Amino acid sequence: MRDSMFWFWHLMAAIVILIVLSIHFGVMHLEGILQMFGIMSAGDVRSYAEVLVRAKTVAYLVIYLLLMWFALYHGFYGLRSIIVEMSDKMSKAGEIVVGWSIFLFGLGLAIYGSYVIIAGFVLANA
Amino acid sequence: MSGTTDSYKTNFTETKDIVFKIFRYEPDVNPKPHFDTFTVPVVKGWTVLDAVMYIKENLDSTVSYRASCRMGICGSCAMEINGKPRLACQTQVISELRSKEVVIKPLANYPVLRDVVPDLTPLIEKHADVRPYILRKDKKVEVNPKGELYQTPDQLEEYLQFSYCIKCGACLAACPVTGADVKFIGPQALTQSYRYSVDTRDDGFKLRLEVMDHSHGVWHCHFAGACSEACPKGVDPAFAIQLFKREITARKFGKEVEPARLARQPADVKRRENIPYAPEKTVKQ
Amino acid sequence: MKTVSLEKRTLPHRLGIGGWAYGGRYGLERYLFILHRIAGLSILLYFILHIFITGQKINGKQAWDAVMGSVGGTWFYIGEYLLFVAVAFHAMNGIRLILSEFGWILGKPKRPIYPYQSANMRIRVFTWIMMILAVIIMAVGGFDFFLMH
Ligand code: SF4
Ligand code: FES
Repeated sequence: MRDSMFWFWHLMAAIVILIVLSIHFGVMHLEGILQMFGIMSAGDVRSYAEVLVRAKTVAYLVIYLLLMWFALYHGFYGLRSIIVEMSDKMSKAGEIVVGWSIFLFGLGLAIYGSYVIIAGFVLANA
Repeated sequence: MSGTTDSYKTNFTETKDIVFKIFRYEPDVNPKPHFDTFTVPVVKGWTVLDAVMYIKENLDSTVSYRASCRMGICGSCAMEINGKPRLACQTQVISELRSKEVVIKPLANYPVLRDVVPDLTPLIEKHADVRPYILRKDKKVEVNPKGELYQTPDQLEEYLQFSYCIKCGACLAACPVTGADVKFIGPQALTQSYRYSVDTRDDGFKLRLEVMDHSHGVWHCHFAGACSEACPKGVDPAFAIQLFKREITARKFGKEVEPARLARQPADVKRRENIPYAPEKTVKQ
Repeated sequence: MKTVSLEKRTLPHRLGIGGWAYGGRYGLERYLFILHRIAGLSILLYFILHIFITGQKINGKQAWDAVMGSVGGTWFYIGEYLLFVAVAFHAMNGIRLILSEFGWILGKPKRPIYPYQSANMRIRVFTWIMMILAVIIMAVGGFDFFLMH
């Protein structure tokens, strides 16, 4: 019965990702074009110095955290759907085990990722 | 003008040879599935069912198929014709398929009983699962209402399209998720569930939700739309399922719907004379 | 004497997962469905790696440069572009799916009068617009990826 809410948040997460990921992609991949129009300052976006510049601001902290949490949720919900559809011989218990393993794996990633993002923020501001 | 006169002139004895490749599976004779090929002199206006009947009568009497009404209303004759589930009795060979070869296979995603006869048990079971009838909290109203239940024409339009289903099972054969996941409820049952759930006379939304809202439930519809494409009656199951998702979400967030009330019996009215009474009920309640 | 058995001996005939790739002569959306899945799964895989790789930023400049060097080859670059393509498709198709799964753009039920028009066909033009948008995004990305660097 909780599946309706899982699904609802899957779609909501998609909307959040859509907004935040366009920023992330604009900065990381379309930087050439954006620089051409003078929207971004020139420089290699992948150099360590630039990474630290971004890690320093609160805006990026929020963007990265939002993107990571919602993307992990969205991705792992999708993975669970596909696994459940592909294995209809699985028992109810098996499904619960799969669901929880995916949840715990995603949670682990989210904790590690949040740690990295926050540590990067602290490091850049030090 | 010429259209009407032409149709009078159509020569119904003129034939065109079309090759029919029919899937064969006869467990008692030859358990190996294979295709048999027949050449049928098709007359303009023949449906695939006519051609298959011709084969059974004149070429090979062991060919098995299921059909009954021959007019697209019983839902017996759905089969996969040239790569798509269709009703054999509603598919014109010459003007619709427009090919020299017609390949007929049983509906996908059902066990095959024999030749092109599928075992529709999964369809029927799933249909029964969603309780496709009016449910009321008050069992007296459900079983023997003492009057009409209110419904406006607009409320009727909400579900009317979805009530044209003839249970042919074509949609389940088209659905990619049903193909992989037998436990998935499937387009037909979901559509019927929606059809009854938004009927103003019905009060069974919560009960049906138990069958809809679980790990093999309505959320596994990903709007591939193949069911609607296959449906021979224009029921549009994919559409109903998306509306159902919206409705479930809305109810989860607190939307309340009161089921329709019983119409009050008119009091103080006199029956006009000379109106005959309805015949006695044949079934006693 | 030959006997006929009365027990059902049926032939399994499920399309299974293979049916996702090909199930018959269906329209566009049934094939967008499997593309959406493939794109989604590859993005997820990349994303997990991405978290670990960019995680190196907290270990100082050396670690960062080392890991960036190891994923800096041409093939990785092409792979990254393919991922951009996957994201562009997944996003544009996803917008269509969100709007239709909430039933917002599909219209109202109407009586089935031949020739029938399914809700999916009603928004076909929109579907194509989203796909064209996806292609435009891919092209703009390709321009930036390969011509400006
Ligand atoms: S919804 Fe359409 S395709 Fe499915 S069983 Fe009903 S009539 Fe047949
Ligand atoms: S024979 Fe009844 S629907 Fe075709």
